[in-house]
Amino acid sequence: MRIVLAEDHFLLRDGLIRLLEAHGHEIVAAVENGADLLESLTEKQPDVAIVDVRLPPNFTDEGLRAVLAARRETPDLPVLLLSQYVEPLYARELLSSGGCGIGYILKGRVTNGAQFLDSIRRVAEGGTVMDPDVISQLLVRKERDENMSTLSGREREVLVWVAQGRSNAGIAQSLFISEKAVAKHISSIFTKLGLLPADGDNRRVLAVLAYLDQ
Amino acid sequence: MDGTTQPGESPSSGEIKGFSVPAGFVGLRRALALCWMSIAALGRSLAVSGAITLVGPGLGMVPRAMEGVRALSNRRRALAARWSGVRIPAPAGRRPPVPAGASGVVARYRWIMNDPQMRREFVWVLSDPVAGAFLAFFPIALLLGSAWGIFLAFFGVSLSEEWDGLWYYFIPIGGSATAVFAGVLGVLHLPLALWVAPRAVRKHALYTHAMLAPSENEMMAGRIEHLATTRSDAADTQMAEIRRIERDLHDGAQARLVAMGMNLDTAERLLETNPEAVRALLIEARQSSAKALQELRNLVRGIHPPVLADRGLVDAVRSLAMVCPVPTEVTVDLPGRPEMPIESAAYFAISEILTNVAKHSNADRAWIDVRYDHGMLRVTITDTGHGGADAARGTGLRGVERRLATFDGVLAVNSPVNGPTMVTMELPCELSSPKTTSSLGTD
Repeated sequence: MRIVLAEDHFLLRDGLIRLLEAHGHEIVAAVENGADLLESLTEKQPDVAIVDVRLPPNFTDEGLRAVLAARRETPDLPVLLLSQYVEPLYARELLSSGGCGIGYILKGRVTNGAQFLDSIRRVAEGGTVMDPDVISQLLVRKERDENMSTLSGREREVLVWVAQGRSNAGIAQSLFISEKAVAKHISSIFTKLGLLPADGDNRRVLAVLAYLDQ
Repeated sequence: MDGTTQPGESPSSGEIKGFSVPAGFVGLRRALALCWMSIAALGRSLAVSGAITLVGPGLGMVPRAMEGVRALSNRRRALAARWSGVRIPAPAGRRPPVPAGASGVVARYRWIMNDPQMRREFVWVLSDPVAGAFLAFFPIALLLGSAWGIFLAFFGVSLSEEWDGLWYYFIPIGGSATAVFAGVLGVLHLPLALWVAPRAVRKHALYTHAMLAPSENEMMAGRIEHLATTRSDAADTQMAEIRRIERDLHDGAQARLVAMGMNLDTAERLLETNPEAVRALLIEARQSSAKALQELRNLVRGIHPPVLADRGLVDAVRSLAMVCPVPTEVTVDLPGRPEMPIESAAYFAISEILTNVAKHSNADRAWIDVRYDHGMLRVTITDTGHGGADAARGTGLRGVERRLATFDGVLAVNSPVNGPTMVTMELPCELSSPKTTSSLGTD
């Protein structure tokens, strides 16, 4: 895959380049600030971008802003954001910028190479990957939401995994249930959240959106 | 009025321009009310003077009599602010605690005699029946003069004959011509009274200000006392905060790092002999590192949340509302960003109050309103809970109050039993450059 990488920390950037190249990806641009990032995102049109939220010069949320700006130009440009902290507000902003091909995970997850590469692949394929940390922060609230409260405990559990971008097979494996049961839970979730089959494949993403947002 | 700004006057309100009949009538009504208050002041001043001259048992009456004076002066302060926009600072010093019994009476008496504000109020209550009453009665007198002039126009001639000559000001009422002249003068008094009345009320307020406002020195002393209290509070809060951080680090990340070090140490020794055990130890070490990171993140969130640093108060509050277990709506009218310390104080105050809402109120909805006007950052948090929150009882709200006081902010809690609860906080501050729009405008 052709990847744009934005990370200001030299060691991490270098490490990521090495890791990604070792797995046969091509780094088309490695930048270290928000302005360069926006330029290379629009110019290079990568298969996926890996972006640190906090970038020079201000070290606030330049990465996120650049990504949101780029996605206004190119909706559904796949982006995986890395951050020292996950912030539900940012997750929501990302999701409302298109809802496809979005990842938002803690930087610490990079240390688990296989999982990290898997996240990149899923985002590049248009999936949604949310850090369990974001989800657990939102979980408190969602328990009391009306739509969400109609979901059974198991369905909510399944939805958390869907939000993390897992496939049915992956969810079945993690919850020790059959893939068929997962499919049943998911279709029940769709019904309860009022997502019709006409919404097509997008329903998984829509369910996650409903989950993170009202 | 003269163009200069009077002491205690808020520049925007209270200015009277031109002539208006309704304002005149309002002024007359207020002047009349002030007249009555001057009569009340006469009564109180007699009570105090009487109590002072009665040596012995009378001394015990002085404090009570002065309390009556204080109540009256408080009322006058309120009226001056409401009617004329003249703000008279309230007495700075607080009443010291007094022992019970006879020694208490003596202590109270001594305090009253030494308190400059009490002395000022004493002088005020003596002078008000004269000076205050004169100011307040002036427009009323004009009104009465007007009525008398008009009356004379009709009945002046016959009355003059009966009383052997009659004067209206400088006019001897001799025949119908002079009587009509008196009537015309009387009619002219009417607009004059209406014009004078609001101005007299305002002059009256300024006079009250001159009599009652604490001197610069006393204000300073009160301010210094306030600053000393809030500073020591701020130092306490900060110390408590540092201790909490120290404890969190010690019990959390530090302990995990120690455990990690030990695991790695053991792993190193077992490397040759038992590779399987080493693998388990390494897995454990990695989990420890993840947990330590997690704890550090939570700690940082508690010190200075990243979203507050990145985006400022508004988005930080939106973020709080998002994760609050009670569905919360946020409305904002903030043209810029307050300074960092103010933002932080406001953020943690809101966070604490939202925590209270989630924990105690049993509410199913909450609203946060953040706005800025007249140099004040004003945050209102309303919930539909069962109410009964009391800043005096809850340590949480007390803590918020103290944190805000460091920035001269105030907290008001309105929480009747059965709700709803409304918490309002106000922080004086200035806003910096206009806000750069956040990527998501609405909530």
